[in-house]
Amino acid sequence: MQKETREAFKDSLTIFPGYLVLGIGFGVLMDAKGFSFLHSAAMSLFIYAGSMQYTGVDLLSSSASLLTAFLMTVMVNIRHLFYGIGMLKEFSELKKHRCYDIFALTDETFSILCSKDLSGCDADVYCFCLSLFNHIWWISGSLIGALLGDILPFDYRGIEFSMTALFIVIVLSQNESNKDHLIVMLSFAITIFCLLVFGKERFLIWSMLLIAAMLFILRRIRRNNDA
Amino acid sequence: MHSWLLIAVMAFTTILIRFMPFLLFKKKVPETIRYLGNALPYCAMAMLVVYCLKEVRFDSLAGFLPELIATVIVVLSYKWKHSAALSILLGTIIYMFLIQRIFV
Repeated sequence: MQKETREAFKDSLTIFPGYLVLGIGFGVLMDAKGFSFLHSAAMSLFIYAGSMQYTGVDLLSSSASLLTAFLMTVMVNIRHLFYGIGMLKEFSELKKHRCYDIFALTDETFSILCSKDLSGCDADVYCFCLSLFNHIWWISGSLIGALLGDILPFDYRGIEFSMTALFIVIVLSQNESNKDHLIVMLSFAITIFCLLVFGKERFLIWSMLLIAAMLFILRRIRRNNDA
Repeated sequence: MHSWLLIAVMAFTTILIRFMPFLLFKKKVPETIRYLGNALPYCAMAMLVVYCLKEVRFDSLAGFLPELIATVIVVLSYKWKHSAALSILLGTIIYMFLIQRIFV
């Protein structure tokens, strides 16, 4: 096995337990709502976005309109725009598998790539293997959940908290490398404010607008202070 | 059939969003976009935590205590061991126990 493949496998193992638990949670939830394992497998294969797939269970079981599904996906996944922007430089140097790497750029894969120094190794192989291993863990989890949900009468209620826990953990780990705690605090405050004012159906889009506005205002204030 | 259409829409939209930056900024990335690109991953995660906890209600103990306790456990265990997997597992198991056995 190539050095980069081993390295990618080792790094993907830090994601493995989380993806397995979250994937199983998703599969069990889908099964409990009466969807076949083919639905779960297709979603994990083609959507491959944890929070969106959990949201998707709600959309599927309430038989939402296609427009609602589109808007919801934009709202939940719009943050991926910024992961892409964060990887523009790194991915521009990839030659092979670039499309797959972009497709499979999840929160977790992004966070590993962010902390990785790829100079002096075959970035093509590393990025592809990391993305692929993580994708495999995710699909495996979903399938185990979807199929075991049938066999084992398991009380799954509350398993959706694994998603909440994942995001809390990401916020905590980000806060250790990120020095700008103010923007995180303000983002919390803005989102809670929007939830209270606009209600849970519409607060995400307002939060995003206000967070972007906050970032621009903050930049202006900081620039003025520096000047 | 509708469920497959929904899945197709979610998959297509997700793929579109993931490819958008690479299609839009093939050559040069504007300074504003770079600024947002640096800051937004942090802001987005804070927003998503609130999104996950949006069903919390304060009119009864069962409406918020399970979430509160499980969140505190996730935070403390992560500060202690720095293991994402451990904290996720621990928080989820305790949350499931709380809503299934204690705050039923």
